[in-house]
Amino acid sequence: MDRIPILKLGDALLVSVQVDMHDRLSKALEEDLTSKIIAAKSKGVLIDISGLDIVDSFIGRMLDTIAAVARMLDADTVVVGMRPAVAITLVELGLTLSGVKTALTVERGMAMIGLGVSTIHGEPGHEGS
Amino acid sequence: MRGLETVPIREGTDVVRVRQQVRVLAQQIGLGTVDQTKIITAASELARNALEYGGGGMAVMEIVTGPSGPGLRLSFEDQGPGIPDIQRAMTDGYSSGGGLGLGLSGAKRLSNEFEIHSSPGAGTRIVITRWK
Repeated sequence: MDRIPILKLGDALLVSVQVDMHDRLSKALEEDLTSKIIAAKSKGVLIDISGLDIVDSFIGRMLDTIAAVARMLDADTVVVGMRPAVAITLVELGLTLSGVKTALTVERGMAMIGLGVSTIHGEPGHEGS
Repeated sequence: MRGLETVPIREGTDVVRVRQQVRVLAQQIGLGTVDQTKIITAASELARNALEYGGGGMAVMEIVTGPSGPGLRLSFEDQGPGIPDIQRAMTDGYSSGGGLGLGLSGAKRLSNEFEIHSSPGAGTRIVITRWK
């Protein structure tokens, strides 16, 4: 079964969603991500969707669910890299993803959850939010 | 005019196939990036509806010619239980399943034309068109 790789980036986890999501893949991602948050004691999750040319309500619901579960495990979720056409379409669809934070780039996403670039280079714990 | 293309919808990966096929046709008639994204997203919502609420069905795709240029017409059919109250089903936030309730109303907003035919026990057929 296909799985989406989850990378550790300092105190955060980075997921790059590049492929077309379907049910099983989405469920697998939710499960992998929650166990990895615990295992890596991550404080944040960055979901890069720059590779997605559409986000429908199914994927939107997945993003919302991941953010809600991560929040309960004390991790912030930021969705990064949304394409402009996707943003326009999501609003018209009526899906504003109010439960998730968004940032234009991975770097800004890291800053948003209080994990600056210095954290990645080996100075953990000194970044304010 | 080219012929109809049919994609069966039986499982989650078929929804992905519908999206891919719609993308090919949308590019063929020269839709811009935003319009492509809208029609593919609408198709994705309706294909998933057919799967989740209609127990599967099929998508029929066709390039049509209108007074001001080409368009893409997509029809989604299932033999499921049908929709007893279409008006209610078209309301934002209303869902009979576990979804967000944006499928029908959202797909309508993302299309230029939207038709729905459904009655209890007789399945559902939804036709959307996006003009260039």
